Amino acid sequence: MIRYSLKRLLSLILSLAVASLVIFFVIEVAPGDPASFMLGINAQPDTVAALRTELGLDQSKFARYADWVTGMLRGDFGTSYTYRTPVAGMISDRLWVSLPLALYALILSTLIAFPAGIYAAARRGKGGDMAVMGATQLGVAVPNFWFAMMLVLIFAINLRWFNAGGFVGWDSGLWTGLHSLTLPAISLALPQAAILARVMRSALLDILGEDFMRTARAKGLSRRQALWRHGVRNALIPVLTIIGLQFSFLLAGAIIIEQVFYLPGLGRLVFQAISARDLIVVESVVMLLVFSVIMVNFLVDLAYAAVDPRLRSRT
Amino acid sequence: MTRNLIIGATLSSLVLLAALVSFVWTPFDHAAMNIPDKLQTPNVTHWLGTDHFGRDIFSMIMVGARTSIAVALVAVGIGISIGVPLGLTAAARSGSWLDELIMRGNDLVFAFPSLVIAILITAIFGAGAVNAIIAIGIFNIPVFARITRGASLSLWQREFILAARVSGKGLARISAEHILPNIANLLIVQGTIQFSLGILAEAGLSYVGLGAQPPTPSWGRMLADAQTMVSFAPHLALIPGSAIIVTVLGLNLMGDGLRDWLDPKLRVART
Repeated sequence: MIRYSLKRLLSLILSLAVASLVIFFVIEVAPGDPASFMLGINAQPDTVAALRTELGLDQSKFARYADWVTGMLRGDFGTSYTYRTPVAGMISDRLWVSLPLALYALILSTLIAFPAGIYAAARRGKGGDMAVMGATQLGVAVPNFWFAMMLVLIFAINLRWFNAGGFVGWDSGLWTGLHSLTLPAISLALPQAAILARVMRSALLDILGEDFMRTARAKGLSRRQALWRHGVRNALIPVLTIIGLQFSFLLAGAIIIEQVFYLPGLGRLVFQAISARDLIVVESVVMLLVFSVIMVNFLVDLAYAAVDPRLRSRT
Repeated sequence: MTRNLIIGATLSSLVLLAALVSFVWTPFDHAAMNIPDKLQTPNVTHWLGTDHFGRDIFSMIMVGARTSIAVALVAVGIGISIGVPLGLTAAARSGSWLDELIMRGNDLVFAFPSLVIAILITAIFGAGAVNAIIAIGIFNIPVFARITRGASLSLWQREFILAARVSGKGLARISAEHILPNIANLLIVQGTIQFSLGILAEAGLSYVGLGAQPPTPSWGRMLADAQTMVSFAPHLALIPGSAIIVTVLGLNLMGDGLRDWLDPKLRVART
């Protein structure tokens, strides 16, 4: 297990290093000089040059890359070109919206998908299964931002149960905060729940055909007991992998949903940064998103190997 | 033929037909503004109503189908034309450093969701439909590479491949002549699924302003325009949304149906 973990850790570090190189040099070829963009077209050349020095833009590309990476390792993401404030602070403020939103959606999608998938598998081929499968087929096809607009129309504009957008902040209490993230979380969770329910169903169906399930029945367990004690537990392994993968997609998906609800999360930050050519912010947010995907994959791999020893020898 | 395949193919053909017909005919000019007729609900003249500029929504949906299909189709093309050769190479040289390099490269690209790729591309070149194509296309590459490699690996163990090797064919020729035809069904099914994901991704990118720019009509941008008017003109959001759902649902059903139909093992199991 230690050997396997070390090997995975090495590959994690390598992936992060290559990802950071790709992101930095892709942003680097972006046309336009941030300093002249900030100062406008009428700026004097020496003012621009002074600002370039201040922002560290006059150093070589490799020196700036090294600065960026070592800075990030210390939690210093540099200074925003437009707001002149530390990027790390801006990101952590926004993370307090995006991260709880993604987590909330993940919990909701699991709460919907587990019962739906188990129910469908238990009633394979019957009416209940067909209904759940039909619903998931629709759930996968619905764009989450459109679903979000429909939720706003019904629950915010017509019924007035929720606000149509905006975020009150966590200072006004956990409940109020969660309340204003509820519609966004539901719209983010729906398509993921549809996928997860399908995975849960097919994982359970695979398990139901196994010998140990027949043994469990032969020992005298009812269908239901066998399903819960042996089926669901074993089906959890592939399902947890998908949940892990979904989290990173939820974090990226949150960027679009934040636009629908005018939430001050990472999404708004990155779109504002793109239009203001605040490339250091774009760079850092993108790196953070990619970091979270790579990191979650790494943790899922480790968890997988911890549960199933056969996997350790495979790589 | 399965029921899924028939329903899916019918829905997809309808959308494709709308897109093709829009090249020669639309009820109105999709870009013609007519402010006095603005925000009409569906009626005899404007079958799906008009938007806030009085433009005919039915015509916009027809032309928008072109954008969605074009973006998703080219993106699938990029994924197949780069991903499949990579997957074939990795499988042919399975276990070598080349295989390792290709697969690790895949993992790396996989860590960039298409939205993130689109953000990066937009930061450099600005927004546009071409960016959406590239972003979704890049995202498709590892998908096809993985599925190609996975399916090819087991084929390389089969006798008929061994026979081909004994007869002196090289790795590249075997991959092209024997492996590829045997995984084509799988690629067609995956292609359908990626096509539907591409339609969704294009809509999402256009919605946040990273995809097709005005005056190119796009379902995602129609939804973005509709957002502020949804309280008094819900049809502006309902119609493009339904168009996306019908297209994606049709493609997904078609993919499921194709998988059942093309997979002889499943066919035997059913009968």
